[in-house]
Amino acid sequence: MPSPRYWREIPSRYRLEAGRCTACARVAYPRRRVCPGCGGVEFETLQLSLRGKIVTSTVVHVAPDEFQMAAPYPVALVETPEGARLMVQVADCEPGECQPGTDVALEFRLIRKEGQSGILCYGYKAVPVACIEGEA
Amino acid sequence: MRDVAIVATGMTPFGELWHSSLRDLFVEAAREVLDAVDHPLLDSIYVGNMSGGQFVGQEHLGPLMADHLGVAGVPATRVESACASGGAALRAGFFEVASGASDLVLVAGVEKMNDGADVTGVLATAADQEAEVYHGITFPGLYAMIARAHMEKHGTTEGDLATISVKNHRHGALNPKAQFRQEVSLEQVMTSSMVSEPLRLLHCSPVSDGAAAVLLCPLDRAREFTDKPVKIRGGGFATAPMALADRVDPSALDAVSLAAARAYRASGLGPSDIHVAEVHDCFAIAELCVLEALCFAQPGSAAELTRAGETTLGGRLPVNTSGGLKAKGHPVGATGVAQVIEIVEQLRGEAGARQVANAVIGLTQNMGGSGASSVVHIFERV
Repeated sequence: MPSPRYWREIPSRYRLEAGRCTACARVAYPRRRVCPGCGGVEFETLQLSLRGKIVTSTVVHVAPDEFQMAAPYPVALVETPEGARLMVQVADCEPGECQPGTDVALEFRLIRKEGQSGILCYGYKAVPVACIEGEA
Repeated sequence: MRDVAIVATGMTPFGELWHSSLRDLFVEAAREVLDAVDHPLLDSIYVGNMSGGQFVGQEHLGPLMADHLGVAGVPATRVESACASGGAALRAGFFEVASGASDLVLVAGVEKMNDGADVTGVLATAADQEAEVYHGITFPGLYAMIARAHMEKHGTTEGDLATISVKNHRHGALNPKAQFRQEVSLEQVMTSSMVSEPLRLLHCSPVSDGAAAVLLCPLDRAREFTDKPVKIRGGGFATAPMALADRVDPSALDAVSLAAARAYRASGLGPSDIHVAEVHDCFAIAELCVLEALCFAQPGSAAELTRAGETTLGGRLPVNTSGGLKAKGHPVGATGVAQVIEIVEQLRGEAGARQVANAVIGLTQNMGGSGASSVVHIFERV
């Protein structure tokens, strides 16, 4: 991924910034130019909470080339308390621990590496709350 | 608008066709069409293709294919809507003839997937790059998430998914053009290797090469070319949010529901009028969700319909008599046109061992991505 494309996505990837429509309060993540709910174009920036609940999930066994070393890895659709939904990998747990309904924390992690010597691409992964040391 | 008919079809076998290139596949299917009608002058060509650019490095397919078919000069362009490219191409051709702008339009779909590309990576480009693919999700992965959501909401089981694969392989075993012409058992499906939980290898359509083509013309000219024209009664096309995250209910395929409602309205027909259907079973869960979106079953009850044998050959509404994407194969851009060919053969009474008795009305449903686009067409024997 060319670096300008990468840094354009930093607000959503690094800071978990979503847009909340000032007309209908719908939360769009990543942020959009036009509200999918009401067509409004004014948004305020909303920082998503670093927690959520799994809506649905899978464990990827057959991966694209650049993720092959990581397979099998769980991926989940996580809904934050603000109502935003994120597609994220689930880390630090057994595959069976990422079923729908699981409470997760969002943690800043390395997601992928670009080619042989490209930039490191970061973002968020989910960790089931039950799997975080020191928490119930 | 004028009534439009399909008057000729052509199709390569589907499979790993190592001796054929992308252009070879197109020409083979298109020549079969033209040979059947004595090579009339074409007014235009639409080529449904998802990703010649990524699979074999070839774009600009319109002129390439017209040239290699020996008809350079004819207007020709590519139509793309991921795995619904074939259905979208038919829609473009249909409107060109229905509008009166053209009389003879060749609609083809073609894909060459087995030529060294990272197929999983290429297919994933039909999902949202920024919000989904960045995180390592794959196409089977997206449908696996749809499956798990369907299981959560409706109590669907892995056995229900396997039943779809068993049925479609049973049909595919009867189709000489199918990639897999053998039956599989429930146990074989449920113990096959895991692709993306809960989807296993035998829940997934294969990686395929192939092409399919049909010739459209105004219904009032159809008898010049065939004794058995098939009329396009109506069609519907719809889109839905691209990313799974943006769909209120990840277990529902809203683009399919919307496309079906439009096709039913355009044709003046309803789900109970359909005698045979080809639907987009790229993964077993997709067939269940699609049967519900087409209103063949209430939400959550498509599995029951399947278990009861109603969608098997001999049942009340046979679905995917060709073997579906699962057994027939899924060269992505060709699929939408191949579905139409199966329905045309059924309505002409030429489906051999797969023939549905007295089929007069048939339906095709083609889908792009994880369900962000869908095309539905309804056909009638005339």
